[in-house]
Amino acid sequence: MTPTYAATSGGLLLVLAVMLPAAAALAMLVLGPRHTRRVALIALALGLVVALATGLQLVRSGTALIYVIGNWQPPLGIALRADGLSVMMLAVTAVVMAATGLFARELFGLDLATSDGRLATSFWILLMGLWSGLNLVFVSQDLFNLYVALELLTFAAVPLVCLDGRGETMAAALRYLMFALLGSMFYLLGAGLLYGAYGTLDIRLIASAGQHGPAMAIALALMIPGLLAKAALFPLHLWLPPAHAGAPAAASAVLSALVIKAPVFLILRLVVDIAPPGAAAVAGQVLAVLGAASILFCSVMALRQERLKLMIAYSTVAQIGYLFIVFPLAGVGDGTAPWGTIAWTGGALQLTSHALAKAAMFMAAGIVAEAIGHDRIRDLGGFGRVLPLTATTFGLAGLSLMGIPPSGGFIAKCLLLTAAAIGGHLWLALTILAGGLLAGGYVFRVMDRALATPAQPLLLRKPIPLRLELIPLVLAVLAVGLGFLPLAPFGLLQIGRPDIALVSP
Amino acid sequence: MSAMALTSASLFGLCGAALVGIGLFCIVSHPDLLRRIIGFNILGAGIFLVFGAVARRGAAMELGGDPVPQAMVITGIVVAFAATALAIALLRRLASLTGSATFEAPAAPPRSEP
Repeated sequence: MTPTYAATSGGLLLVLAVMLPAAAALAMLVLGPRHTRRVALIALALGLVVALATGLQLVRSGTALIYVIGNWQPPLGIALRADGLSVMMLAVTAVVMAATGLFARELFGLDLATSDGRLATSFWILLMGLWSGLNLVFVSQDLFNLYVALELLTFAAVPLVCLDGRGETMAAALRYLMFALLGSMFYLLGAGLLYGAYGTLDIRLIASAGQHGPAMAIALALMIPGLLAKAALFPLHLWLPPAHAGAPAAASAVLSALVIKAPVFLILRLVVDIAPPGAAAVAGQVLAVLGAASILFCSVMALRQERLKLMIAYSTVAQIGYLFIVFPLAGVGDGTAPWGTIAWTGGALQLTSHALAKAAMFMAAGIVAEAIGHDRIRDLGGFGRVLPLTATTFGLAGLSLMGIPPSGGFIAKCLLLTAAAIGGHLWLALTILAGGLLAGGYVFRVMDRALATPAQPLLLRKPIPLRLELIPLVLAVLAVGLGFLPLAPFGLLQIGRPDIALVSP
Repeated sequence: MSAMALTSASLFGLCGAALVGIGLFCIVSHPDLLRRIIGFNILGAGIFLVFGAVARRGAAMELGGDPVPQAMVITGIVVAFAATALAIALLRRLASLTGSATFEAPAAPPRSEP
């Protein structure tokens, strides 16, 4: 009997990607608070190297990287597999994590009393836990292993929300935990039903099963809504704005840019890799309707917010919506290969550019709150005069969110719009256009305040070092810079798709 | 389904489904957060019972029971324990800060959360 998975060279890199942050978190516990920051920064640097090496190995070999843990083949063992999309996610995660680490170091360093205090120490440990969970979600092939990864993600993300220990952030964190737990319970029940029907939890083995009974449909109907609660798609987004707006700036950047992408990635895998074509088409349609509702409703909500961080949080829910309208646009479930379509590339670019732009935007909002002492949009008149680099960051990140050329967001939305026009999805095309206009509305509302001339000039509460302002600026420039390499992701995203083992039996 | 077909595995499965229903009802109908946390535990117990039924059915050939779902249940119990501990810790902190164990403002009359 030939093994289900053949390990490839470089597969060990996937283990490193998962284990490095976990080892760093353990080292922090052993070495104590005084060394936490140093350990975190070393781990972040090493993690960037691992992500880079994974990408190079993938491009050089041209096939997906596979590692079979302990050489135990599925169905009993667990396999790790990284195709082009997974490696792209690993790379984006490493970049945003590294930027967040540098940002947090500067931000906590502003106040010498707290720079090595409990808040900072907890932040670094939780950040490492988050990173390990994220990487595992992107590479694991086993549905139960993915459940554990999702729970690790929740347990690291919820305390990050309430790091400052105020009553309102406690309530936001608890609400987040309730939604996330309910989501994972549904996911777990679905995974159990799939095991009962197929006798395996391995994604490749389930997908290669010849026929699918009602268990598949029921399991998907449990797992996808469960994951939607974690991804905060409308109407399950209620927990996100208070949670992401209440977290410390460095934490909101990671939560908004990366953490909600993990359940989205998993939904994508369920719909594209596991679901039979008929179920995939239905799921794709439903997800697209919810995605479109998310774009419209939450963009309007973002326009109406009084506080800067709440506005950015609502914008996150709106931008996540774009990832769900990809399903019908890429023709999921109609027999063609979705990863060859322009909508697939558009979705991947949207994912990347949103991660970079939203991290930059939350960091900029954090600098504003730190320097001025509040984030009420109405009273921010003229903050562009005292914090010019931060206002520039906000504007550049906003370009990408709105989809104005040249930016990664523009290419992404342009590709999605083209796909909608070619496919005859008029309502989706109109939604994309309306979402762009609304995003323009809320970004310009802030830029208008930034460039206003206030009656009394704003005073900075404390000086902001240049390095702190430069980190989000670099992320925002990267988000815009994605617009200049539109053709690079095409090839990368196709590597490892379709899964060769499924095509040639 | 006739009475003959009601094997112990199906019985476990049905009990699990009932527990899932009770847990869900508990979570959506009570504004009191402690009750919701208990609801999550009942829901979790129901899911683990379904896993047990799956293990029994999967091993119909010769083994006494399929070990994989049992391993998953053990992991699941650990995760559920950690989740409950985290939720209780947050709830205690919330109660000591606001004097209320719900999402409502302390003075507001109780109404159900979505």
